[in-house]
Amino acid sequence: MAYRTPLARVRGLGSAKTGAEHFWRQRLTGVANIFLLSFLIWLLVTLAGADYATVKATLAKPQIAIPLLLLVASGLVHMRLGMQVIIEDYVHSEGRKVVALMLSSFFAFAVGLVCVFAVLKLSFGA
Amino acid sequence: MAEARQTVERPLSPHLFIYKPLINMVMSILHRLTGIALYFGTLLLAAWLIAAAMGEGQFNYVNALFAHPVGKLVLFGYTWALAHHMLGGIRHLIWDTGRGLQIWQVNALSWLTILCSIALAIAVWAVGLMFRGEL
Repeated sequence: MAYRTPLARVRGLGSAKTGAEHFWRQRLTGVANIFLLSFLIWLLVTLAGADYATVKATLAKPQIAIPLLLLVASGLVHMRLGMQVIIEDYVHSEGRKVVALMLSSFFAFAVGLVCVFAVLKLSFGA
Repeated sequence: MAEARQTVERPLSPHLFIYKPLINMVMSILHRLTGIALYFGTLLLAAWLIAAAMGEGQFNYVNALFAHPVGKLVLFGYTWALAHHMLGGIRHLIWDTGRGLQIWQVNALSWLTILCSIALAIAVWAVGLMFRGEL
């Protein structure tokens, strides 16, 4: 088959997979983070030096807890995508790259779960 | 995926450190570094939230760590990293639309990123300290 170009061998192997979705999600969560992190900064500034009872009561309010949960979701998706790019840029060995990507995902999900659990416990718990 | 096996020592193109640092390049590197810092810094928010959910003792312990001079320095650094990464992100959103790509505009946006990020971090802390009555 001398007429066969190498195209068939590279189809589906290049970067033309989920790059556009990656780009779009990074922008989407980035824009969301501008608003959600402004909210977090406002929250932390107003809670600076507040005692435990005040903080607990504030975090349990739905108008505080819901944006916090949105922030955790948006922030962690954003940072996981960002770390993915960094790993893909610098870790060239396929095996180590896959391990690093997995660890990065584990980290993001673990931090996210801790935050979500904490906010829900404060909202619903005693 | 097929892995490229490098058997011949081929010449490489010059890397970052051979170039004179330009403001745009420095901001690009800082954007990545602040992103990494923010990534690991989410542990601070997670620690604060989970301590609040666990009880008063744990909450006071974490708050005491944050109130320590070293803790404060870390939190201030985190504030700056957040401000810098956010402003850098907005810069990238502007560039995504195809605007602001003239050299002078790129330089101006880069300088604005570093200057406004420092100003913003200081402003946030000034307001925070005012709330605590420490300023």
